[in-house]
Amino acid sequence: MQIDVQTVNIEQKNQTFTHLKKRFGDKKIPSRYQEASYDLQAVENLHYRPTWAPEQELYDPNLSKIRMNDWYDLKDPRQFYYSTYTLNRAKQQETMESNFKTVESLKLIEGMPDPVLAIAQDLLIPLRHVNYAANMNNTLVCGYGYGTVFTQPCVYHAMDNLGIAQYLSRLGLMIGDVEALEAAKQDWMDSDAWQPLRRSLEDLMCVRDPVEVFIKQNFVLDGLLYPLVYQRIVDQNLVEQGGSGISILTQFMTNWYLESKRWVDSVLKTMAAESAENKVVLEEWVDTAANHFTSVLLPVAGLAVAGNQADELVSEAHDELLQRAKKAGLFK
Amino acid sequence: MSKVFIILQANEETRSIVEAIEQDNPDAEVVHEPAMVKVQAEGNLVVRRETIEEEIGREFDMQELNINLITLSGNVDEDEDALTLTWNS
Repeated sequence: MQIDVQTVNIEQKNQTFTHLKKRFGDKKIPSRYQEASYDLQAVENLHYRPTWAPEQELYDPNLSKIRMNDWYDLKDPRQFYYSTYTLNRAKQQETMESNFKTVESLKLIEGMPDPVLAIAQDLLIPLRHVNYAANMNNTLVCGYGYGTVFTQPCVYHAMDNLGIAQYLSRLGLMIGDVEALEAAKQDWMDSDAWQPLRRSLEDLMCVRDPVEVFIKQNFVLDGLLYPLVYQRIVDQNLVEQGGSGISILTQFMTNWYLESKRWVDSVLKTMAAESAENKVVLEEWVDTAANHFTSVLLPVAGLAVAGNQADELVSEAHDELLQRAKKAGLFK
Repeated sequence: MSKVFIILQANEETRSIVEAIEQDNPDAEVVHEPAMVKVQAEGNLVVRRETIEEEIGREFDMQELNINLITLSGNVDEDEDALTLTWNS
């Protein structure tokens, strides 16, 4: 008896779920990112309004002044969904762990000049409270924003901010044990340099428009703070004064800003391109917040550099932010 | 002229790579086989890092291509930015 072994290729009838087929067609198998993001948020059969806010729907696109025909246009160029996000961050966490080890084993903190340590204490450690505010703001955007592709990265962003706060806490513990963290908390609550920023962040926490919070927190404040503090003060000024050890421990923040701004810029660009009305609202938010946060960051920069130079650095960061806004299609 | 081709394993990572190759080589033909994808074209095929990065949403090292590469045919010209397959006609 003779047996013929043959391979038969069976074409599957459905390449994917119906809701994805409707959106992307049936030609290509959707990517994992698309499967794990698109049309996931419930849109129907929500019978009851939330008891804590009966004037709105549970998922309500009208909470924002921004109008989108399709909120799923706001995709994340990094294509983060649970798996890619956690894998990516786990890799970065490993790098940071080894950075911390290097700094410890080479005793870089002990060998650092006192003025540099003082700047790290006064400027960097209180920033963990700023990150906590950013965490809460992004959680609000995730909770009240509309459309999974927009809200999903916000909760990752919120977690990233907690992570950054933890790196700053570890830096504080290395510099001066728990007393360093306590002193930083006192600075955040009482010192004159921090009060304008703290006030502004607390005001921002009271804003209920999720997109407004997103723009003012992630585009404007982060867009000024990270270039100012990490790219300029830490990576340039402190390094010149012998503080490379600090810069190694803030490497995640520098890289994270560069990575996440791609996402923030793309969201802004898509919203602005949607309609002239959106553009007007976005320009108003960016313009007022950019001027406001620039002025509240000035005393913060003054903690690390002398008055004139602080002015210069802050206005550089401001120009850089407006460049990004222009690239995203605003102010044209 | 004969065809150059590149065959990759069919998985989540190569999906973006294949899409990038399709974009850069409009004339290329993509053949889906069980567990593998063959991309072939007359005479010339280019795989560009920049396009892959756009598709995949992160930085891409051209060496990563080897992880999923099954086979290829054509004269290889490879650097950090692109891999080109050609036949000298």
